[in-house]
Amino acid sequence: MKPTPLSIVAALAVVVTYVRAIFFTPTEAIQGPAQKIFYVHAPAAWVAFLAFGLVGLASVLYLWLRDDRLDRIAEASAEVGLIFTTVVLITGPLWGRPIWGTYWTWDARLTLTLFLWFIFVAYMVLRGAIEDRDMRARYCAVLGILGALLVPFIHLSVYLFRTLHPKPILLKPDTPSLPPEMLTTVLLAFGAFTLLYAALLRARYRFAVERDSAHRPDSHHA
Amino acid sequence: MPTNIATWSPPVNSVVGDALLVAKKDLTIEFRTRSAFLSVVVFALLGIVIFFFAWDSTAVSAADLAPGVLWVIFTFSGLLGLHRSFGVEHQEGAIDGLLASPISREAIFLGKAGANLVFVVAVQAIAIPAVSLFYNLPLGGIALPLAGIAFLAAIGLVAVGTLFSAMAANTRLSELLLPMLSLPFFVPIVIPAAQATAKLLSGRPVVDAVAWLKLLLAFDIVFVAACMLAYPFTLEE
Repeated sequence: MKPTPLSIVAALAVVVTYVRAIFFTPTEAIQGPAQKIFYVHAPAAWVAFLAFGLVGLASVLYLWLRDDRLDRIAEASAEVGLIFTTVVLITGPLWGRPIWGTYWTWDARLTLTLFLWFIFVAYMVLRGAIEDRDMRARYCAVLGILGALLVPFIHLSVYLFRTLHPKPILLKPDTPSLPPEMLTTVLLAFGAFTLLYAALLRARYRFAVERDSAHRPDSHHA
Repeated sequence: MPTNIATWSPPVNSVVGDALLVAKKDLTIEFRTRSAFLSVVVFALLGIVIFFFAWDSTAVSAADLAPGVLWVIFTFSGLLGLHRSFGVEHQEGAIDGLLASPISREAIFLGKAGANLVFVVAVQAIAIPAVSLFYNLPLGGIALPLAGIAFLAAIGLVAVGTLFSAMAANTRLSELLLPMLSLPFFVPIVIPAAQATAKLLSGRPVVDAVAWLKLLLAFDIVFVAACMLAYPFTLEE
């Protein structure tokens, strides 16, 4: 597949962000270099939830409008979202080991992300388990909507269970408690990851279009 | 099986009446064969026994272990029963008869879910006293609130499980897919139910468990409605 302008911009943004994060952003005083993983972890988590939200939205719209494009968007977003969720689940424990002293803890947000990952996996398995195209689209849309309804319940129940995760640093009512250099890098990382998500989503969508038109040689519109 | 539906003429086409009819059909099949119920009860008892041997009674008290045992067993025995719910409809195309009958899709869902609810509650009615007996935990005054928690949790389990059973039965990986789809959805049921059970077993008043019960009730309301509305989309159109 040829690189598109979007994918080139996204790749450049990621490179610029991490050159800045590693060489031109001060090292955190207490956590040391381990804190740098934050520039991957937090934006990946943002994209994971964004991707999940888009699956839910595309699913609702699909059941309403029955447009195949919406099904492909949900499919693409779920697969890209699964990758980013996996990145969150790998980078989190890597940071947790030196800072918390443990790879894993049943904290509210860790548990929620783990379940997000389980729902994404179940969604992909469900897609693979159905041959009929319309049925696959309808079933996956139902799962996408129920999954979106489930997230607040998992969040609430595991939050009431216990929490240890650092409190939000960026999105809080008063000013962010990060030094300006770090804040710029974090915002850059969020932008770069969002671009990367858009580029991967587009590539995955194109793939779905080509696959579907290859499976139906009689129809020429994709 | 479809005979009682075929010979039945709908005098008042109420969703509840139709749902009761579907539930009655499922329960009649289950009552006449008793295959699933007996095997699920034996499965639950075996689970209780196996947990006993994995348990170090000097380190963990029975009251601390019991909520976990109960809710693990309800989750997995529920899955076994739910898998059967739409599995039987696909033998000899029984589902076609059901869908051709003058009953709304929502009523079919409510009926199937109602029969599953009776099934799960019946398993709970045997498993809770069995845990009390085998783990030497007198239930005494907490039997009624415990039954209430079990019932609230059963509603949520059954709503989600019935929908996924309908979906999984149409796929290639049905027996694998049902637990994969259902278990993440069972988490916000099992956490509050097990926590509320633990509160009661440790002798705390029912008031202490109210926050958890509210969460269970909210889950039940949202997912019974969502699953009922989603069910028609899982059928052939």
